[in-house]
Amino acid sequence: MESFILSNALYLGKPVDVVVREGRIDRLCAHGDASLPEGLDLVDARGQILFPSFIDAHTHLREPGFEWKEDVASGLSAAAHGGFGAVMCMANTSPVNDREAVTRFIIERGRIAWPNGPRVHPIGAATIDLKGELMAPLAELREAGCVAISNDGVPLKSSDMLRRVMEYADDLGLMVIDHCEDPWLAKGSCMNEGETSGRLGLRGQPDAAEAIQALRDIMLAEYLGVAVHIAHVSCARTVDAIRWGKSRGVRVSAETCPHYLFLDDSLMEGYNMYARINPPLRTKADVQAIRQAVADGTIDILVTDHSPHATHEKEVPVSEAPNGFTGMDMAVAVTYGLVREGILDEALFIQRWCTQPGKLFNLPVNSFNQGDPADFFLFDPNLEWTVSPETLYSKSCNTPWLGQTLKGRLTAHWMGGRQIV
Amino acid sequence: MQQDKFIWRHKDLLDVDQLTKEEVFFLLDTAASLHEVNLRPIKKAPVLKGKSIILFFAEDSTRTKTSFDIAGKRLSADTFALGKTGSSMQKGESLKDTALTLEAMHPDVIVLRHNCSGAAQFLAERLDCGVVNAGDGWHAHPTQALLDAFTLRRHWGDAFEGKTVLIVGDCAHSRVCRSNVKLLTLLGANVRLCAPRTLMPAGVESWPVETYSDLNKALPGADMVMCLRLQLERMQAGLLPDMREYSARYCLTPHHLSLANPGAKVMHPGPIMRGTDVSAALADCPDSLILTQVESGVAVRMAVLFLLATRTDAGGR
Repeated sequence: MESFILSNALYLGKPVDVVVREGRIDRLCAHGDASLPEGLDLVDARGQILFPSFIDAHTHLREPGFEWKEDVASGLSAAAHGGFGAVMCMANTSPVNDREAVTRFIIERGRIAWPNGPRVHPIGAATIDLKGELMAPLAELREAGCVAISNDGVPLKSSDMLRRVMEYADDLGLMVIDHCEDPWLAKGSCMNEGETSGRLGLRGQPDAAEAIQALRDIMLAEYLGVAVHIAHVSCARTVDAIRWGKSRGVRVSAETCPHYLFLDDSLMEGYNMYARINPPLRTKADVQAIRQAVADGTIDILVTDHSPHATHEKEVPVSEAPNGFTGMDMAVAVTYGLVREGILDEALFIQRWCTQPGKLFNLPVNSFNQGDPADFFLFDPNLEWTVSPETLYSKSCNTPWLGQTLKGRLTAHWMGGRQIV
Repeated sequence: MQQDKFIWRHKDLLDVDQLTKEEVFFLLDTAASLHEVNLRPIKKAPVLKGKSIILFFAEDSTRTKTSFDIAGKRLSADTFALGKTGSSMQKGESLKDTALTLEAMHPDVIVLRHNCSGAAQFLAERLDCGVVNAGDGWHAHPTQALLDAFTLRRHWGDAFEGKTVLIVGDCAHSRVCRSNVKLLTLLGANVRLCAPRTLMPAGVESWPVETYSDLNKALPGADMVMCLRLQLERMQAGLLPDMREYSARYCLTPHHLSLANPGAKVMHPGPIMRGTDVSAALADCPDSLILTQVESGVAVRMAVLFLLATRTDAGGR
């Protein structure tokens, strides 16, 4: 059924009907509009919130190489059920996505598992094997389907290497996404440096480790006249750096994740390995600064940095535990809290999760204009659910929200007018 | 045994901050009465006969391991030692699985030394038997702090209030420092830390201590000076220049001690580095309590093992 009428959905606070024809939006109009076409099936949205399918521009799908953590099919399942119609996945697979064959393989796996979407858009490695020594064949990667370039997971130490990647990628129209982390300041750390790390006796990472690299990137982008995208911003100092860069007209964009908007490093109390992530959870003051930056647009987009790990990998002393949280299952429910708290309105919420990432990475989005792809989902803001291995679609459940009850969940998802959830 | 009516409520000993002041003194009283066994010609009491204690030392240790071993044996417990090398951890077994395997053999207490902060808590949360933290990373070394308090008590009695204790050296990476700050503060002493900023813990400004970088300024008014061992890897990590400069600034000498209060004591958790963290002259002087600390260690560990291993015997939990 690629043509139907979605009736009585709540879009930007108003009841609407959406006419879908052959997988595309025909029109969106006020609910009860008498002039709706006849002969189309009616799907009753029962007053639930309507969102266009979101884009998650920063995930780790773990295939090829780490299929016990996640694979493309299970990752896209989490995406479909989480509200994402497009997922960009980082290159730190095994083998690394530094060649055409790996890119095509990932896309192929996605098409087989979810032929109607969500779609996977790989991010190519900036350097061969992410080693930071030799540039990866960026044109080949773009040709194969990569939509951006990043050395995420293994931050580039050499500013010169980064500079060359930025220049070369700019020729190709590819955005470089940089995981900002001074490798020396961050060496061996397993949490934010501060009162909590000092008391727990865990090696901390100063927030300056991120901000210094963000400043480096902004300086290079300005000097070279190219764009750069700062990955998973975690602290106030980096926000200040980005704000400064934007005020100078530098083409710098940035992303942050649900956890940096809601959690701080006090979650590490009791040596909670499920709170370990990189960049680490920072302070309550940083959380406030990140929220402000998402509200005022200093941070352009929201991403999950979905990083699955098996339970047995996480259940070790915290200094030996791997970094990262899963995110796609919960991200919309968690970040809808920003709308509830009045930090974002629904229009900005859609901007941060959909329109802006679409613009940054040249991905099609649904703005509910005629001809847009009929990619959208219904979200019941009052549906309560408990985060557990049974309710998550990701293979892994390494999330600090495990065991907690969240409010709000996707109830149906269409892509190209086909119901995928 | 003198138990009075005190009920020991802790399954594990992970750090001193889980204890109340009353519990600390009860433990030290227990140690004092058990210490008497160590002074007998036949150094054995049957109080832990039939109890099994596993000494799981995943990180190297001489004094702590020997001390726990002797403490267990003096109380007639059977002790079993296990290191990281020679255990299945070398074959890739996780800490959790090694611990579960050990517990399946029904020990009463597992004593754990591990290089990861939080490792003892990790074990305690997953095991039903008692867990004693014999040092976890930079985090805690509760029996060391307790034996230091036991040692000081022999000189100060219960009058810790108003005493000033100075801890000198690598506070950032020291579990001995962290546990001692907590315990000495609990007992009412004032604690000072002296180290270059590169060896101070993050967030030390929120600790209940005064901090100094100049040893000469830190000493006036001190009733005890505790020197910490400096590990060579701190220089490799670029936290300090060379050993020569460190010892010139922070090695405790008789001159330094003369700046402290009369009769001030010198302590060191060991192993001592003569000429680096404490001068040879001080290590051997009458005000040095370094060997008394070792002696106290056996008594305090006897008390800890006794209290944890007999916790449920009377039907109490």
